[in-house]
Amino acid sequence: MIIYLKNTFNDVGKVSLFATRFFKEVFKPPYEFKEFVKQCYVIGYKSLPLVAITGFIMGLVLTLQSRPTLAKFGAESWLPGMVALSLIREIAPVITALICAGKVSSGIGAELGSMKVTEQIDAMEVAAINPFKYLVVTRILATTLMIPILVIFADAIGMLGGYIGVNMHSEINLTRYTSQVFESLAFLDIVPATIKTFFFGFFIGMIGCYKGFTAANGTESVGLAANSAVVTASLTIFIIDMLAVQITDLFF
Amino acid sequence: MIQEKKNIDTPALPVNEAPIIEITDLHKSFGKNQVLKGVNLIVNKGENLVILGKSGSGKSITIKCVVGLVVADKGKIKVFDTDITKLDNAQLNEIRVRIGFLFQNAALYDSMSVRENLGFTLKRHVTNLSSEELEAQIVEVLESVGLADAIDKMPSELSGGMRKRIGLARTLILKPEIILYDEPTTGLDTITSREISELILEIQKKNKTSSIIITHDMACAKHTADRLMILKDGIIHAEGSYEELEKSDDEWVRSFFI
Repeated sequence: MIIYLKNTFNDVGKVSLFATRFFKEVFKPPYEFKEFVKQCYVIGYKSLPLVAITGFIMGLVLTLQSRPTLAKFGAESWLPGMVALSLIREIAPVITALICAGKVSSGIGAELGSMKVTEQIDAMEVAAINPFKYLVVTRILATTLMIPILVIFADAIGMLGGYIGVNMHSEINLTRYTSQVFESLAFLDIVPATIKTFFFGFFIGMIGCYKGFTAANGTESVGLAANSAVVTASLTIFIIDMLAVQITDLFF
Repeated sequence: MIQEKKNIDTPALPVNEAPIIEITDLHKSFGKNQVLKGVNLIVNKGENLVILGKSGSGKSITIKCVVGLVVADKGKIKVFDTDITKLDNAQLNEIRVRIGFLFQNAALYDSMSVRENLGFTLKRHVTNLSSEELEAQIVEVLESVGLADAIDKMPSELSGGMRKRIGLARTLILKPEIILYDEPTTGLDTITSREISELILEIQKKNKTSSIIITHDMACAKHTADRLMILKDGIIHAEGSYEELEKSDDEWVRSFFI
């Protein structure tokens, strides 16, 4: 138990140093803009189908599951507002971040891990190219920017799923549904929920990069880096979410 | 004359020639495993130095210390008359640009084509190149390793020998004055090994490079070496020409040549 705790704190220390290095390098030229755009494409655009399907199912299922309870109280008309609040405040950010932890963080961990094992990172280093700047900074920036966009996209698709869910049992047109959704939403429902997604994105990228960049030499470590990236990133998302909710409660 | 050494304090220097690499009393440990226990060596300008030794004897660690990939625990590593152990990262990078390093498995960037692999390095160090000039330099260096037609291939489409050649082309594109070869012929058939050895000699003659070649391949060592060193128990155990070491009185040294 003591060894486990010691290793955990050791890891937290190393991740903190890694994050510090990121903040030191991110503002220093040269800027790898082309690689950053490429990573935005890989992380953002290529995750769209997965996020769209998940978002749609989340909206649809949430509507169908909530409907009987609201019907008991004769409050079916609250369904669009309730679904919108649940999706935007909590479900879409967390589920999208978890999906991205699985897809993006593990991908980054495996990619950088295999580059480490096959000495590609060393090859950059001896060619006087900063591998941290090229590989790590670009990926962390891309996830920090792309995850919030994916979450907003999941929100929208989730609403569409909710609209179809509502229409399965009653009839409501899209204009009325949309107006009910926006009537129930306040500025403070959207802003804190969006701010926390930047943190989700940052940690998804950073944990994937840290696990890959510090992988040991040997093919086994590539699998370990990918696996450990998913587990750690998922856990971190829940911890950030808990802190974000507490902080929001405190101030708003 | 065979120079067999338990440890070399000051390696013999040819008269009037400053060594391009000079390693003095190099120590490196990994945990309790002391790999290098005081390596001393020099590489003269234009010379090919081959380092032999059993697996795990610290040959690769030695050349990784030369480019600062591995940080030495103790000792001096002078490259171009500058002690690299005292440099910060930016200063070290200025030295690294002048050194080429061929990795054992070539270490080509998997996600990039051959063109991008070569251009990636060049673009970052020669920023004022037009795209035509960049392309011309890539083609020129690929022609020098005999693989101009592989320019659009991905690393996964290349054979072991081709990967080594492209790896070599990638190091040559910055016109290095020193090239460090980490087992350049390992895993290759005899004919391809011979071709790589000839390429190493050709580069030495054409570009006037100085090299350290780590190898287990005695044919490669015989073909490329101006001088050989044998590493044993973390120190340079023997030094001399191929013919000198082949006739050594030390049975262990001779065992490399059987």
